[in-house]
Amino acid sequence: MRLGLSVGQPLADARALVPDLIVADSEPAADAASLIALTEWCTRYSPWAAPDGEDGIRLDITGCAHLFGGETGIVRDMARRLRGFGIGTRGAIADTPAAAWGWARYRPRKAGPILRTGDDKALMSLPVAALRLQPDSLETLAALGLDTVGTVAALPRGPLTHRLGEAVLERLDRMFGRAAEPISPRAIAEPWISRLIFAEPIGRREDIDAATERLLANLCREMEQNGQGARRLLLAFYRVDGAVQHIAVGTSHPSHTQVHIMRLFAERLDSVAPGFGIEAMVLEATETEPLVSEQTGFSVSGEMDTAALARLIDRLQNRLGPQRVVRLVPVESHVPERAERRAVAGPSGRHHGKLGTWSLPQSRLLKSLRPLTLLPIPEPIQAIAPVPDDPPLSFRWKEKNHRIAAADGPERIGPEWWLAEGGRKPRDYYRVENSEGQRFWVYREGLYGDEKEPPRWFLHGFFP
Amino acid sequence: MEPCTASLPDTALTRVIDPLQSDPIAVPACVGTGAAEIDAALPWAGLPRGLHEVSGEVGEAAKVAFAASLAGRRSGYGGRPILWCRPRRVALTAGDPYGPGMAHLGISPDALILVEAEKPADLLWAMEEGARTKGLAAVVAEGVIPNLTASRRLQLAAEVGNGLVLLLPKGRQTAPSSALTRWFVRSLPSRQEAGGPGSPRWHVELWRCRGGGRLREWIVEWDDAAFSLSVVPQLADGSLAAPAQDGIGAIGAQRSRAGGQSPDGGRQFGDALGPVRRPASG
Repeated sequence: MRLGLSVGQPLADARALVPDLIVADSEPAADAASLIALTEWCTRYSPWAAPDGEDGIRLDITGCAHLFGGETGIVRDMARRLRGFGIGTRGAIADTPAAAWGWARYRPRKAGPILRTGDDKALMSLPVAALRLQPDSLETLAALGLDTVGTVAALPRGPLTHRLGEAVLERLDRMFGRAAEPISPRAIAEPWISRLIFAEPIGRREDIDAATERLLANLCREMEQNGQGARRLLLAFYRVDGAVQHIAVGTSHPSHTQVHIMRLFAERLDSVAPGFGIEAMVLEATETEPLVSEQTGFSVSGEMDTAALARLIDRLQNRLGPQRVVRLVPVESHVPERAERRAVAGPSGRHHGKLGTWSLPQSRLLKSLRPLTLLPIPEPIQAIAPVPDDPPLSFRWKEKNHRIAAADGPERIGPEWWLAEGGRKPRDYYRVENSEGQRFWVYREGLYGDEKEPPRWFLHGFFP
Repeated sequence: MEPCTASLPDTALTRVIDPLQSDPIAVPACVGTGAAEIDAALPWAGLPRGLHEVSGEVGEAAKVAFAASLAGRRSGYGGRPILWCRPRRVALTAGDPYGPGMAHLGISPDALILVEAEKPADLLWAMEEGARTKGLAAVVAEGVIPNLTASRRLQLAAEVGNGLVLLLPKGRQTAPSSALTRWFVRSLPSRQEAGGPGSPRWHVELWRCRGGGRLREWIVEWDDAAFSLSVVPQLADGSLAAPAQDGIGAIGAQRSRAGGQSPDGGRQFGDALGPVRRPASG
């Protein structure tokens, strides 16, 4: 405000006033998420905390203030900690939530954050905006010449309702405590845990299996009743000697199917060493998602069952590691090795990141064919080619000479100069066929005539 | 609770409902190779569900392409998933499946699921799990050679899950196996088009086929436009005929197969009209 900035000002004007302004894109979703996180942090002061609108948090500190040294103590502590987080705040304590809202935002400069009980005069002196009305109601009030809460409160109720609607009266009643406005706190997520404590320590594999089955049955039944499916599960074994072992499994689809999750665990139970015995087991679903039941079809033929595919991917990923079961995702790029990306196979159809489209070459004569297999790292070869642009006459790869019978090209693929790691040399790709019929994709990196570095040849892929 | 996946009994009602449902994405029981002559040589008129082996020379992409074309036909328009398993060393030496390239052979890149496993036991386990899953178009595996027991298990798993398992062992395979068919595919020089390589050509041999069939061999050419194989007939003088659908004004040279003569290498530099090819001798 001091610098002349205001909400809704165009960026150019703001920049003109303050040249070194820091600019960032607004992210409403991230803001909402961080507000919720801050609300959960505020439960250290009172369990009754809830977000209020887009930029506020309201707490009911009845009976909590004495723990922090009174109301002044709470305000000071909260302001200090939030300042330490780097968050600027305006706080207020009042009898009612509506009064606190108004006091926090519109109190006079010299007034403190705490509104004394029964101090109606201070409330009356607040501007009408402290009533939290819609903009058109505020305009009407301004046009009528009503500028403070006191002037509005002094009017008879009947004509006020008739003229401005019920909202104004409701706000007034809330502010002065005549109407109730409860704060509903955020529900704390209950952890999904199932425990089993044994009378005698167990050690045999069959017993561990049976115990896991029982834990799973419990947990799956609870999750199913609540419409949740597990994405990540953690099974902990508490041994007699105090050591704790863990097994974690993950699924690509939320699941509460006992058979499926048991299969995922069964492969990892071999790695459990019972030692002198296991005295307790705890199964927790650390990450859950709402599970939508799928309707199965009536078909008796082999239709694609997306759930079956998801379960297959789960089993593969849990045994081999998630990075080893991947799908191909197209990327907008001319450079061949970057035109596709490997993405960990997630739930069918869900891709992480921006999805490009596969740019599939249409015709052979357009010289944009791509090889069937691509070497992850192009192999250097020695090639003999007439300068400057012609395909090689022969090349040597892995101690074998290949004489070229037919060649197509060049297809020039330049480096992506707009990327940070650009600045590489352009490549000329040739589709070559040797005398035996094998077809390769080779390229020359760099141009002839470059004095500093002669061009090099590489083998990049194989054509069918 | 498991969703109810038990099949409905074969009552009169299901017999009426089933054809009405028009299930265009049902996996075919038997996938044809696309070339009528090859299909005619097989007792099932195509490749049935089960284990099949496609071997080839080391470092050639022809066997990969043949397997990919079969998997692509089974995957179909809907793009049913194809599980492609290989150890890392195969990816480093013979290349990894490349999406745009696979599309030329009729496989939608979105259908591919690539699985990497180092130990042969893990690889065979992954193949078996994939074969057992109903609804997968095919399981293709490179770089692993199962013994007799393992190949029987794969065959049984494929029968359970109505799957097609294509094994791509390295080199020529003569080990006993319970594969239904055994193929050997080799690259052949293609018919040149405008001086460059034309449609890929392979020499496909059927070494073994359970249920009859002697050793047969064909020369096939892959047609990009129709996504199918076509057998190239051999003319009386030993040269290969051009396929019926011609390219656009290609003046390709005929190359004789008998005698193994290699044609002149490289391209000739012609005048301003374009490169000039010398007709092949022999």
